[in-house]
Amino acid sequence: MSNLLEVHKVVKQYGDYVALNEVSLNVPKGSIYGLLGPNGAGKTSLIRIINQITLPDSGEVILDGEKLQPKHVQHIGYLPEERGLYNSMKVGEQCLYLAQMKGLSKGEAKKQLEYWFERLEIQGWWNKKVQELSKGMAQKIQFVVCVLHKPKLLIFDEPFSGFDPVNANVIKDEILALKEQGSTIIFSTHRMESVEELCDHIALIHKSNKLIEGKLVDVKRQFKTNSFEVGILTNNIEGLMYDISQKFTVLPAHFKSLSDELKLEIQIGNATPNELLNILTQRGQVTHFVEKIPSVNDIFIQTVTK
Amino acid sequence: MSIISLIIKREFISKVRNKSFIVMTFLSPLLFVGIAAFIGYLSSMKAETKRIAIHDETGLFAAQFIKQNAEKVEFKYLDLSKIPVQSLKDSIAKESLDGLLVIPKTNKIKDLEGKIEFISNNSPSISFIENTQNIIANEITKINFQEANLDTVAIKNAQANVNIHLAKASGEESLKGLNEIKIAIGGSFGYLIMMFIVIYGNMVMRSVIEEKTNRIIEIIISSVKPFQLMMGKIIGTSLAGLLQFLIWAVIGFALMFAASAFFGVNVGPTAKIPPELMHTAQQEFVGTAQMYINELWNLPIASILIGFVIYFIGGYFLYSSFYAAIGAAVDNQTDSQQFLLPIIMPLVLSVYIGFFTVVNDPHGTIAVVFSMIPLTSPIVMLMRLPFGVPWWQIVISVTLLFASFFAVVWFAAKIYRVGILMYGKKPTWKELYKWLKY
Repeated sequence: MSNLLEVHKVVKQYGDYVALNEVSLNVPKGSIYGLLGPNGAGKTSLIRIINQITLPDSGEVILDGEKLQPKHVQHIGYLPEERGLYNSMKVGEQCLYLAQMKGLSKGEAKKQLEYWFERLEIQGWWNKKVQELSKGMAQKIQFVVCVLHKPKLLIFDEPFSGFDPVNANVIKDEILALKEQGSTIIFSTHRMESVEELCDHIALIHKSNKLIEGKLVDVKRQFKTNSFEVGILTNNIEGLMYDISQKFTVLPAHFKSLSDELKLEIQIGNATPNELLNILTQRGQVTHFVEKIPSVNDIFIQTVTK
Repeated sequence: MSIISLIIKREFISKVRNKSFIVMTFLSPLLFVGIAAFIGYLSSMKAETKRIAIHDETGLFAAQFIKQNAEKVEFKYLDLSKIPVQSLKDSIAKESLDGLLVIPKTNKIKDLEGKIEFISNNSPSISFIENTQNIIANEITKINFQEANLDTVAIKNAQANVNIHLAKASGEESLKGLNEIKIAIGGSFGYLIMMFIVIYGNMVMRSVIEEKTNRIIEIIISSVKPFQLMMGKIIGTSLAGLLQFLIWAVIGFALMFAASAFFGVNVGPTAKIPPELMHTAQQEFVGTAQMYINELWNLPIASILIGFVIYFIGGYFLYSSFYAAIGAAVDNQTDSQQFLLPIIMPLVLSVYIGFFTVVNDPHGTIAVVFSMIPLTSPIVMLMRLPFGVPWWQIVISVTLLFASFFAVVWFAAKIYRVGILMYGKKPTWKELYKWLKY
């Protein structure tokens, strides 16, 4: 799979402050790419460079094999974290204006708008002024404006903020549908559960540097501790503990279960899970046996606080 | 459609559709006429008649003042020479009299010159004092002539009364009243340009601040270059301004045609006033009105209007680039004040120069210099235009204006580019300077 977007050693300085320090990214075509990082890490600076809002001091950005140029704005859709529309403009006119700015003809823009308005069931809003809409409604409009021109690359900065769970789901489904249609999506958020759910690639930026990048599963593999969560019903706890601690490290574990079993987290190191299972089955009834996969949340916290 | 024309269109439509634009466009000419009529009405209103007592111990002047009562209504002169000065002063204090002119008795009439007193509670107007001095001086002169055995009638006949006819080298006859018209026309156009710059410059600034506080700016500049957005905004807003001016010009012309038709003047620059009209007393009012309207048509209207458009565009572009940069630098309008002051100052300065210097001497050094300096030239030059400006001065002035416009746009665009993405803090001048280098 080739990369739709490549960022090569991009540096951005504001005065003495280094916002991005030789950051490189590879965003594969057709992926949902989670761009993570604590507040002030440099995510917005990077997104602005990809959107050509600001220029990098050095380094380059390649979109679909070409060096980033002004004409590429037509292929990028951007939903900024800070949402905004012209308050006193009518919804329809405003969408048409913004779509035409992205290079659509008026007729094409109208056609696309009708499609999206119908799809999101907001046909009645065409002649309303933005100031008459609620925050969530305005967010929907903004989403439409962002995806209307069928961009190859979509950049969503906190796309779910301000939506109720129902509408958040609608938007999530739309994002997945866009991916199905071949769009590549950069997804910047602090909501780790949605990263877990949507992203297949992630990158983590911290203090102006990229610390982690790769397929989500690879990153998780890299961070896994070879631990297993074990639930076991046994009469001889001491015997069991003795057996296990001969070979492995044992920690207390907390997970939800229905029976009142002994809960353990066992780090097996280089051993195979079967070795552990053998010991366990000799000593009691195994009710729970799950490899402990680090969550994105764990990875995030672990990397950032390191 | 190219992106910049798209922006221009949006800005233009959003300005023109605005209710305040419509109200301003059609109401302000009415308001202007209304204010003019109101001022006319106020000044034609009869002032309260002031009672002035004359205490003339010489007995030579009182009669001359009483004669004035027939002509002037502002003052009622009373010959109270027989009443002692002290009791007259008391009645001034009690306000039953408004003024008291005391002319003491002297040995020689010549000694009077410095001894005449006027007593009142409120200081009298300059015209009143001049009038009073004239009456007394005339009388003293007459007496002096008589004492010297000079024939006053012969002297009066010998005095020449010169009435200079003003004309241009082209042979076209012009009128004395013309200078006043030129001042009025130049002044109002200069003032109009200042108004347009301030009003429309502010609109540009407001619209920049709106986009910034709305946070729509980030979406827009992910599609267009900040420079395009800024220029589109400035041009779109200026078109709204020009449309407004055009509407006013049409209304103005319509009024002039209506006035011309009313007074029966032949419209067109070839129309000449028969010289006898100027002297015929019985037709005085109609004659004067015809003269003025005729002269209006004879003014270089075309060059003034073209000048207005050129200087409006140049001056407005120059200033609104500043306005746009300021709008980008601040988060809300209240923060803009400290940056606005240096912009308003040259505008105010040029209006003052226009009304004081250009009026006195339209081709003097100060007027010429300030009609070249880009920040003041739109207003000062426009005020000079009705008086006829050599073409090379116009060329230099317009060239300088547009050259500095490009320089300022470049500089404003840099601040604009950085400023629109800066939130939260009010920048200092030093920071603005730093932004130029980002």
